[in-house]
Amino acid sequence: MKIVVASGKGGTGKSMVAGNLAFALSSGTPVTLVDCDVEEPDLHLFFPEGPCANTPVHIKVPHINPDVCTLCGECGDFCAFGALLVGKDRVLFFPEQCHSCGGCMIACPAGAIEEADMPVGTITVSHPEKNLTLVTGTLNEGAIQSVAVIRAAKMMAGNTGWIIYDASPGTSCPVVETLEGTEFCILVTESTPFGLHDLALALDVTMQMGIPSGVVINRSDGRDEKAQQFCREHKIPVLATIPFDRRIAEVQGSGTLIARIDPSWKDRFSALAKDCLALWEGS
Amino acid sequence: MKICIPSSGPEPGDLIDDRFGRAPYFIIHDTNNEKTESHRNDAAGGAGGVGPKAAQFLIRLGVDMVVTGRVGGNALEALKAGGIKVYLYEGRGPVREALKAALSGGLKEQ
Repeated sequence: MKIVVASGKGGTGKSMVAGNLAFALSSGTPVTLVDCDVEEPDLHLFFPEGPCANTPVHIKVPHINPDVCTLCGECGDFCAFGALLVGKDRVLFFPEQCHSCGGCMIACPAGAIEEADMPVGTITVSHPEKNLTLVTGTLNEGAIQSVAVIRAAKMMAGNTGWIIYDASPGTSCPVVETLEGTEFCILVTESTPFGLHDLALALDVTMQMGIPSGVVINRSDGRDEKAQQFCREHKIPVLATIPFDRRIAEVQGSGTLIARIDPSWKDRFSALAKDCLALWEGS
Repeated sequence: MKICIPSSGPEPGDLIDDRFGRAPYFIIHDTNNEKTESHRNDAAGGAGGVGPKAAQFLIRLGVDMVVTGRVGGNALEALKAGGIKVYLYEGRGPVREALKAALSGGLKEQ
């Protein structure tokens, strides 16, 4: 089953939920945990270091052959993103604007454009626990093509067994790409106006994509009426409530998983996974 | 010589817009025939790459010189590749004042 952990707001505990969920599940079944927060991937910090395999991620960009180019300007006119500029004696390419659509190759009447690979990131695969594969997407410094790196990380993770995807904060392209083709979304929120505000935005994305979802309320102080009310109104289940608890904060703050050191939390995260499965099967 | 000034409106009396790529209009004065025309900048509202797109537009129009308050790195590179000289103008008044300054030859080339 493919589950995304998302939130809208940053810092609500997505990685905490994703890491614990994957760890708890891995005691009984193979799990792949995918870090799709490619601008700042940090799930690996929860797991012991070990051997890993790196694969570069490339995007296709135009390569212009100056001997064939007639400086006609067709490619520059075609590019909707201003990535190509046809000057008096040369064509300039601005890689950070390129969306890899390949249209300039088709637009060029002289056949002067070929596609070349440009590196934008790395996919790292490791097996930090028995039954657990960690796939981490890392966007290169200065690169902006997070979507390409997320897509590559998801490809690398494959399609079998349980796959948990940890999304980035926000609700734009990287989150949409993470959600694409998945089966369920856990929305992690906190009972603050900010958490709820961004929960509404994230829920809107999952609904528009037709992906069933449920909410985990994190750092709950026991006064979650507004979050509960929001979930009732939008007919989404509250899957779990994680208390605002000093011990959990200390475990989390030391880079450890609460499910690793406390069997009762391991059971709770296993139950969370089973609830997601049941909701998906019933959806 | 064609001189282009990014403008907030279509008339020489309109205020200059000191953002090159995002200026809504370009006012172009041709010193050969003393004619002034204005063009809407279709790139202005784009999400990205507006500098190079605006530069491409001006290259097509045969502009020789741009007088502007600010110009981004990509736009400057693009304008130079098109053989367009860029002069910095720090005033905030109407386009015709910037044009006057450009014609007087006192501006600094970027």
